Amino acid sequence: MTVIPFARTRPLGRVHVPTVTLAHGGGGKAMRDLIDDVFVAPFENLTLAPLEDQARIDLDIFGALGDRLAFTTDSFVVDPLFFPGGDIGKLAVYGTVNDLAVGGAVPLLLSCAVIIEEGVSIDLLRRVTGSMAEAATASGVQIVTGDTKVVHKGACDKLFITTTGIGVIRKGLDLGAHQARPGDAILVNGLLGDHGAAILGARGDMALETPIESDCAPLHSLAQAILTAAPHTRLLRDATRGGVATVLNEIASSSGVSIEIDEELTPIRDEVKAFCEILGLDPLYLANEGKLVAVVPPEEADAALAAMQGHVLGEGARIIGHAGEGEDGRVTMRTCFGGRRIVDMLVGEQLPRIC
Amino acid sequence: MKYVDEFRDREKAAVLIKEIETLAASIEITKHRPINLMEVCGGHTHSIFRYGIEGMLPDTIELVHGPGCPVCVLPMGRVDDCISIAERPEVIFTTFGDAMRVPGSKKSLLQAKADGADVRMVYSPMDALAIARKNPEREVVFFGIGFETTMPSTALTILQAETEGIRNFSVFCNHITIVPTIKAILDSPDLHLDGFLGPGHVSMVIGTSPYHFIAQYYKRPMVVAGFEPLDVLQSIWMTLKQIKEGRAEVENQYARIVPDEGNAAALAAVSKVYELREFFEWRGLGSIDHSGVKVREAYAHYDAERKFTVPNIKIADPKSCQCGEVLKGVIKPWQCKVFGTACTPETPLGALMVSSEGACAAYFQYGGIKKQAGAA
Repeated sequence: MTVIPFARTRPLGRVHVPTVTLAHGGGGKAMRDLIDDVFVAPFENLTLAPLEDQARIDLDIFGALGDRLAFTTDSFVVDPLFFPGGDIGKLAVYGTVNDLAVGGAVPLLLSCAVIIEEGVSIDLLRRVTGSMAEAATASGVQIVTGDTKVVHKGACDKLFITTTGIGVIRKGLDLGAHQARPGDAILVNGLLGDHGAAILGARGDMALETPIESDCAPLHSLAQAILTAAPHTRLLRDATRGGVATVLNEIASSSGVSIEIDEELTPIRDEVKAFCEILGLDPLYLANEGKLVAVVPPEEADAALAAMQGHVLGEGARIIGHAGEGEDGRVTMRTCFGGRRIVDMLVGEQLPRIC
Repeated sequence: MKYVDEFRDREKAAVLIKEIETLAASIEITKHRPINLMEVCGGHTHSIFRYGIEGMLPDTIELVHGPGCPVCVLPMGRVDDCISIAERPEVIFTTFGDAMRVPGSKKSLLQAKADGADVRMVYSPMDALAIARKNPEREVVFFGIGFETTMPSTALTILQAETEGIRNFSVFCNHITIVPTIKAILDSPDLHLDGFLGPGHVSMVIGTSPYHFIAQYYKRPMVVAGFEPLDVLQSIWMTLKQIKEGRAEVENQYARIVPDEGNAAALAAVSKVYELREFFEWRGLGSIDHSGVKVREAYAHYDAERKFTVPNIKIADPKSCQCGEVLKGVIKPWQCKVFGTACTPETPLGALMVSSEGACAAYFQYGGIKKQAGAA
């Protein structure tokens, strides 16, 4: 999609107070100034700028790219808002972009709805939306519509963001979690668990200092590179909440296959391993924000791997396992020790063990 | 990871497995039945499942997963007491993560939190003390749970609170001791255990001498074991070797961590702050004499049980629940009537389904491979 250069259609308002108050959610001038200053200015696009009640999109831009829309939404409530390797703004853009990308879609448009707790500083909001703007540019999307609500102290935790995304899927491409077949290769594009470990570390309530950064990144161009190299790719999935373990379980049960991965081939950095050992967590269940799982027929596995490794976000790509027959829905891991164990769905949240 | 990967070496494991197989085959018992070894500690159970050790062992060896998961053996009545404290408006209730999901008769701490109780997960009792320092107007209670492994850290926290004169901190003490429990298992009429893997971290505190009665009076070998998978295999081999040679001794495989005399400073802190209870109730095992500790009179103001009135009602384990038989090694987890049906990690009936260290939850999550292969 061509990005139309931002030409201001009207003078934009500015906020002159340091913090958000309930007045900024009141629908009056204060709100208008906040939206102009914090959202319209950094997001810089003609579709958003007029601030109509809806973004108006020319259908032709969709038709030129494919024959189906991909449409997704996601909410972001991460604590802390800023963490090593990213922040809530970057996450809110990449999270939704990635949900589109793993469907094989070219991501195009995003909405941005925010719920702000009164008392949050305007500078903090500017940092977050500045980061969203950068992430949108890096992902080739425009943020074209949005909503702002301000709530009483304690009614939300500083800032919640919801982004909704639209992308286009090219004709003939149909990825799906139900399409894995026995023999298919299971690939990941690099080190697993970084985001989850970075967030847990950044919360600071476990007195562990970690050098681990979130892997937060847009996966759209990597996804397209895989699909070009391995046109019969069965499916792609981004391994966010619940980690790779959860994604593999979803694939195995939707496709009625078993999956076995090999611990020695599964890339996890030593810092994340050590972090998990200390806290009694399993890195396979830690969230990622820039990692996908690709299931590829065996004859295209090498091509997919080469395409991933040739991409800046896939240098650490590996084939970590294969789908198999029998034991429908079961995911197992050949352990580094030579044993075999089940990798099940988590019941709830991972809780650290006592000893 | 340096100094860890060495203990997870696949080739060395293969050699050890072969040795274990040969040794087990040469022991007379295995002509009629498998040798039953109990790993007492939940940490071992976790390693066994995490690395798939059970499936690597020959059929001549059965591992019985013992009572060493402190979260699992906590009776419902104690969980209810702890929730009644947590739900007091002035209280910030702090706990290890594992204990959040243990079901009481009505709810778990996780549900109490959702209902508005201020329940916070901490990684050490010192974190709880820091919360008390920061919130002088609130009462901060730490859920003291665990064997001798975690006992010194809560004892030292109480001593630290005393030194600083912090009065809005207390411990809800559910600490338990391992030795009377092993004795209770050994006294059980339906016992069929041939040897024990002894708890590594507990022994780091109490040393190896408290176990000598197992060898002397009950004529069962015990090997105090480390938690890495090669530690576990080597300890199994050492136990088999004793059985083969007709010995019953306490041996220490985990000498790199466990001094035979224990940790004097830790033991001193424990005996300064705690004294033995006459008896303590265990989920699945019932009341066991001298199996728990309580805060001494001198530190009464740090004892949540004295500070707050708790209902202290004994709640019987659900009738269908066979945790006790699993804990004693009489049945395997999947042989329990409700395993995987009425009792799952999502809706645990019995305590063993709650913590990831509990034998049943571990089977549910990691296990089942050998079991199913065996059944096929």
